[in-house]
Amino acid sequence: MTLNLKLNGQTHQVEAEPGTPLLWVIRDELKLTGTKFGCGVASCGACTVHLDGEPVRSCQTFIEDVEDAEVTTIEVVDQNSVGAAVQAAWAELDVVQCGYCQSGQIMSAIGLLTENSKPTLEEIDDYMSGNACRCATYQRIRAAIVLASEKLEA
Amino acid sequence: MTLNTSRRGFLKGAAAASAVLLVGARPDGALAGGASQGAKLNPFVKINADGMVTAIVKHFEKGQGPATGLTTLIAEELGVSMEDIAYEFAPSDPGTYNNLLFGPVQGTGGSTALANSYMQYRQAGAAAREMLIQAAAKEWGVKASTLDIVDGQVTDGTNQAPLAQFVAAASQLSAPENPRLKEPSEFRLIGNAKVQRKDTPPKINGTAKYAMDLHLDNQMVAVILRSPRKGALVTGFNDADATGIKGYIRSAVLPNKAGVAVYAEHTWAAFQAREALSVEWDNSNAEMRSSDQIREQLIAAVNADPTYELTETSAAKAQLSMDGAATVLEETFYFPLLAHAPMEPLTCTIEAAAEGGVILHDGCQFPTVPHGALSQILGLPMDKVQINTMFAGGSFGRRATPVADYQVEAALAFALTDRSRPVKLVWSREDDITGGFYRPAVAHRVRVGLNADGDIMGWDHRIAAQSIMKGTPFEAMAVHNGVDHSSVEGVTQSPYVIPQQHIGLTDVAPATTVLWWRSVGHTHTAYVMESMMDAAAKAAGRDPVEFRLSYLTGDGADQKRMADVLKLAAEKGNWGAAPEGRDQGIAVHKSFNSYVAEVVEISRDEDDYVKVEKVTCAVDCGVAVNPDVIKAQMEGGIGYGIGHVMRDEITLTEGVVDQSNFPDYEPMRIGDIGAIDVHIVASNEAPTGVGEPGTPPSAPALANAIAVSGPRVTALPMINNGVDFV
Repeated sequence: MTLNLKLNGQTHQVEAEPGTPLLWVIRDELKLTGTKFGCGVASCGACTVHLDGEPVRSCQTFIEDVEDAEVTTIEVVDQNSVGAAVQAAWAELDVVQCGYCQSGQIMSAIGLLTENSKPTLEEIDDYMSGNACRCATYQRIRAAIVLASEKLEA
Repeated sequence: MTLNTSRRGFLKGAAAASAVLLVGARPDGALAGGASQGAKLNPFVKINADGMVTAIVKHFEKGQGPATGLTTLIAEELGVSMEDIAYEFAPSDPGTYNNLLFGPVQGTGGSTALANSYMQYRQAGAAAREMLIQAAAKEWGVKASTLDIVDGQVTDGTNQAPLAQFVAAASQLSAPENPRLKEPSEFRLIGNAKVQRKDTPPKINGTAKYAMDLHLDNQMVAVILRSPRKGALVTGFNDADATGIKGYIRSAVLPNKAGVAVYAEHTWAAFQAREALSVEWDNSNAEMRSSDQIREQLIAAVNADPTYELTETSAAKAQLSMDGAATVLEETFYFPLLAHAPMEPLTCTIEAAAEGGVILHDGCQFPTVPHGALSQILGLPMDKVQINTMFAGGSFGRRATPVADYQVEAALAFALTDRSRPVKLVWSREDDITGGFYRPAVAHRVRVGLNADGDIMGWDHRIAAQSIMKGTPFEAMAVHNGVDHSSVEGVTQSPYVIPQQHIGLTDVAPATTVLWWRSVGHTHTAYVMESMMDAAAKAAGRDPVEFRLSYLTGDGADQKRMADVLKLAAEKGNWGAAPEGRDQGIAVHKSFNSYVAEVVEISRDEDDYVKVEKVTCAVDCGVAVNPDVIKAQMEGGIGYGIGHVMRDEITLTEGVVDQSNFPDYEPMRIGDIGAIDVHIVASNEAPTGVGEPGTPPSAPALANAIAVSGPRVTALPMINNGVDFV
């Protein structure tokens, strides 16, 4: 089927069968590869994108369910203040190691700070628990979210 | 500056420039320089006519930091800032880019990237510097000794000019044989904690390209339907239910009958088509054992006489020395199979190149192995196989196998086509968790006798394991007199001076494919050594730090460095002064020539659920080239070690792996671990490993903290052996 996908401020006409995960449309058809494939079962968070501003796992979000929604991916998150602050904090603290999960970590962190601009450490751990990092960069992720929160407050 | 920008800059510059200074090693090892146009050199340093410097990084980047580390070495000696140097990954060319600690093999592993490159990359940077200075001295009519390069400018202290001005002249000079290297007092970048990772910018905005992100024109995606049992062979398949899936192309039995390759236009179609395929297997040579049987076999082996004796002290002598012991401790340990589960599932792409050759695009850990494999499978001479190394989304050892497993699959799948379309092999997470190549299951049995003063009288240590190295091309290097060093490392060559110690090893028959896993043998040997040291200290009524230090006395550098990190971790971790309601455990271990001690502090909630609140780490890895990368590697190594002993194991039921994805092979989550505080010992010793050494002491330090007011955990994972986590 052909459908319209609103992604990163543009409408794309995409060709995909019902039941196709949004992840594969973004990666294989639109060739935006910042959104990663990690598990395919919404257990690792590497594929996190925003659907109308809320983080979702794109590997378990089906293409027919997003036609009326606005999808945002890692490639354009610097365009809003929260995204820019999160990326700046990630850069300052050199959070990344292999980096493969970090798009998803950043998308979730933006989701957290958008709804709660001053999260406690417990709130950070709770909100970020769905994003796995096999390099275990967790303490820097935590610190970078705190730093981004401070940047946004300043 | 991002990698992409730099690369564009280089390509543009290279095309436009008539001269590019190249400095690198000739195959005979001598440094050599020359103009790039037509120059048959494979350099470590490139300088464009516009002055852009590029470091050629011979080690792949899986997060452990060589893209930053090797670039730092060049920048330091050359005299440019980290902002003015780009990097790119080396092609497959073991004559030039071999790991100096591995022999004529290009590869990353064993925490050797900086250790083997430290002098080589500094010399390459220093040679480039001297050539540029020589060219400038000639042009300015001054003595070379009056010139320096600072922040990318040639200067005599008053006047300065950019490197670009001298590249053409410098490229005509021959490289100095023994360029002067900077003294540690002159270092601006080596040891500078403010130097940041070179690979951060593209990894936080989605532009970093991993092998999974490659999309070549007209490519096919191939996934493999493998047997759930090792050794089973395909006898037939039916794809009738797959033919209706849009994007499905066809399926074909791999020539080795190990599986069926499913080709599709895109990844999702390939996954779906594979689901729809039915395959018949011949299980007559398949592995049908269960992990319970493997475990029984390992435990039986450590309770029998070992096959290999590793010490002059015999088991009988060690036993005899315990006669009259006030206390004899005996523990049997069991370690399950573990998967590596790097965040990026395995993948690589093969495409046809000019003149009948191919290019392998891969997050390639050990280029020499797939290079040879592709050459054989595709019937091509070695020089017709190129490797493009891309970012790797983690590895922990998995991307380097002695048989190039996934690259071979890709080559077989490519060979079954007319080679006109690139073939991208993709593994799913299920493929990864069930696909073999695990940390071997291992058992240890240890008896320690203590006298009335609480001193060790004898130590009888038996290990049983499936060998990683036997039957592989690495056997000659890693197996001596039948002993696979990777089964025993960490018990053998421990800096502890233990009286009357017997060490024996028994190999058990292969049950599945096994592989090095972050820190290899040390994953289990550190756990056993440090659990037993702790148990012995406790039985002796002595402080665990004081007890360990009493076996690290004398003047040996090995003992002193180990003792120093132990003392530093104890001091920084407030050893013995845990806050109310917390328990501490400590462990220290030497691996990959680095010394690491860790203090783990835990709390227990009202239901006795454990939480890892804090880890304090001290590391001595020689010269700390990139201190912040070292800290990150310790943090990550600790998380990797602790995460797995908490919850993870791979089990087999009649040969079939029971786990399939992250829900049942649960990765450590952010809430599982609190703050990690890393302290680096200042040192002028040669740099040693950091990618792996943080892992070994982490699990026993946790186990020792748990043992303060809970059980001594001797079988893993902990959740199946009496410990619950918050």
